[in-house]
Amino acid sequence: MACIACGIGLTSVAQTDIDGIMMEKNAFCVGPMYTHSSWRDYWEGTLKRENLNLGRVSTQMYSVMGNYGITRKLNLLFNVPYVRTRASEGTLHPMDGLQDLSLFLKYKALQHKMGDGRLTVFAIGGVSAPLTDYPADFLPLSIGMQSKTASVRAMVDYQQGNLFATASGTYTFRDDIEIDRTSYYTTEMHYTNKVKMYDMTNVNVRAGFRNQRLIAEAIFSQSNSLGGFDITRNNMPFPSNKMNTTSVGVNVKYVLPPLPQLSIVAGGSQVIAGRNVGMATTVYGSLFYVFDFSRKTKSVEPSNNTN
Amino acid sequence: MKKVLLTAASLAGITAIFLVACNKDPQGRTADAKQLNPTDIDADAGTWKPILLTAPDEFPLAAPIATTAPDYVLQVSEIKSLQAEITADEQAIVDYWSAGGILRWNEILRDLVAKHNLPPYQDEDGSYPFPNAANPLAYPLFPFANPPYAARAYAYVSAAQYDALVAAWHYKGQYNRTAVYRVDSTIKVLVPKSTLPSYPSEDAVIAGAAVEMLKLLFPGDQDYIMAKAAEHKLSRLIAGANVRSELEAGEALGKAVASKFLTRARGDRAGAAAGNQAGWTKLETDCVARGETPWFSLEFPKRPPMLPVYGKVKAFLFDSLTAVSLRPGPPPSVHSEQMKKETEEIAAYVKNPTRENIRITHFWADGVGTFTPPGHWDAIAAEDFITKNFSEVRWARNMALVNMSLMDAGIVCWDTKYFYFNPRPSQMDKGIKTLTGVPNFPAYISGHSTFSGAAATILGHIIPERKAAYDAMALEASKSRMVSGIHFRSDCEKGIEVGNNIGNYAIQRALNDGAE
Repeated sequence: MACIACGIGLTSVAQTDIDGIMMEKNAFCVGPMYTHSSWRDYWEGTLKRENLNLGRVSTQMYSVMGNYGITRKLNLLFNVPYVRTRASEGTLHPMDGLQDLSLFLKYKALQHKMGDGRLTVFAIGGVSAPLTDYPADFLPLSIGMQSKTASVRAMVDYQQGNLFATASGTYTFRDDIEIDRTSYYTTEMHYTNKVKMYDMTNVNVRAGFRNQRLIAEAIFSQSNSLGGFDITRNNMPFPSNKMNTTSVGVNVKYVLPPLPQLSIVAGGSQVIAGRNVGMATTVYGSLFYVFDFSRKTKSVEPSNNTN
Repeated sequence: MKKVLLTAASLAGITAIFLVACNKDPQGRTADAKQLNPTDIDADAGTWKPILLTAPDEFPLAAPIATTAPDYVLQVSEIKSLQAEITADEQAIVDYWSAGGILRWNEILRDLVAKHNLPPYQDEDGSYPFPNAANPLAYPLFPFANPPYAARAYAYVSAAQYDALVAAWHYKGQYNRTAVYRVDSTIKVLVPKSTLPSYPSEDAVIAGAAVEMLKLLFPGDQDYIMAKAAEHKLSRLIAGANVRSELEAGEALGKAVASKFLTRARGDRAGAAAGNQAGWTKLETDCVARGETPWFSLEFPKRPPMLPVYGKVKAFLFDSLTAVSLRPGPPPSVHSEQMKKETEEIAAYVKNPTRENIRITHFWADGVGTFTPPGHWDAIAAEDFITKNFSEVRWARNMALVNMSLMDAGIVCWDTKYFYFNPRPSQMDKGIKTLTGVPNFPAYISGHSTFSGAAATILGHIIPERKAAYDAMALEASKSRMVSGIHFRSDCEKGIEVGNNIGNYAIQRALNDGAE
């Protein structure tokens, strides 16, 4: 119901760790991003319902994302979000705080000509960890899940002319979390403050138009928990609920002609099916600026450029 | 490039193995509790003062068959054939139950309470359906095991088990039956040997009393309860601790004693605790007539108040006049300067809540879908009792003292809540947002504080060296309700005081029940 925030972090980032774009060596692309996500209906298990004591639950995320080209085949990416949640009705207190740091290594493993187009294969590995001790066990208003994660992703990108398609599969390992309670009920009592978090999978398919100046794509994403239990009737959600999400969206990236270092990214998505998650509508906007460190060092200090 | 790919793949593999290895199911604190091996078997417990029984032999128990009887020999063979091949599952059953029957049935009850502690969802017309004991599996499931319901359930099960064990100890002394492993030394014994006479089986007494009480309290979960009872009894056969006839006699005795508690429970007025529309309206009009602001439900749609007539339920530790005398004086008037200050204090707490205040709120919240505050105190008590190596009968006696205190605390607390019908902080100031759900009943006095004050007081008597720790826990539980924005300071301070008074009644009983 609530894993809106981490859902964004892991599965539908507008840019970078799940697309077919690479930074050049020593280029550093960085920028702020704003995301707004909200839902009124959610799935209690498989039952779609609303909750008059929550009204509309919204999540705002202010993040800084970046991508550094270690080489033209290997990029390092990061994301640091600050998250605020609130419910429009009822008495529950809004939450806010720094959420999880994500790091990804993106490796362009293979590139082949294929027919009239070009096929590229990527291998991506990621880790994430909470930056603060925010409470995970206050769903749907928790700002995140507190779980340390590691993910592996295989991604294939095919471009022919200005048209492209990218498909990826991700497996995310999730570590147990600790909550403030020392006992809790799932389908039985647990006398511990540790909660087993099941691993997750994601399939992401995106396709559309792509050239140097403009990317416009449609996105389909399917995330599944590989375990967990359903929210029981009229109960509160819990971090180890089985959370599945199917969403569709669009994403546009436009590079400004007078200032090619600067690009604007915007997009949105809609959850169309799910289990123990909110039927969230998400919009986001972002600016990215590319710094090219390789040129600077070349021109300013030739003596530093001996190798 | 292949080399790089290979390196990347193996790195990913190592990460995966590491994470999978670290991601086993978290182990519960009592899952592998050690086998119960009492330091004192409390051989004289047959003389301890029961709660409802008029005498320990109020329910007769026939003498056991001779250990030379053919039937006994057959029962010994049954154990031997069970022991011929003990599977890992069977060993796990023995390990689980040998930690103590009172412990395990209390945990099972907490499990049932947590499962059933869910407020019903509203009907289409915005009204709320009530669970129906006669049709427990139809939505909304019966019962809605909210804190008062739970407190009463814990008390009845514990009290029935205690009385049944006093009777059992009486007959153990009377018949002085030797344990089967002393009759036939070839039997393997998978639990600590005891000098306690083995007829009737105390384990079966505990299970029999529990099964009988839980039929009334959780009628929709009979299959689960029966399966647990069957497993409990089987564990004693596999362990070589009891023959079947000792189990059968124990179960029958447990059920017979429980029947007396069932009769009491059917007549203790809890069945009428939900009240009706006329009564709910009267609470409001009476409050207005006193010049105060009546409580209203903060839920959408507005939910009828939780068990407004629970204050009339028959207590265990005192009579109904005493219960009324334990009700504290009124809260500060909603129009008073004092109430204005107290509202501002709560608003200040929740304006920018500290992480520590969120932690204690969630640690003690014990709200929807949990075993409730009384269950939390049972868990605290049980985990400490494990370290004490009490006999089963002393375990039962101590749990009964704790749970009668909790039930009676609930009665006095609920009586007070509906006598004054005072609003919650979020009703007085809409800007007060809460760190946990606002309970659907009046504020004064705090349930958590009353429950905690009562439990801490009796626990501090049972385990004196932990008294300061229990009092500190009770104060933290109480404080958690203020910093979370759902109670005023008066609710909490008065709640602790009333709870302490109720706990003292349990201490008086403890000093006079023959066990100390």
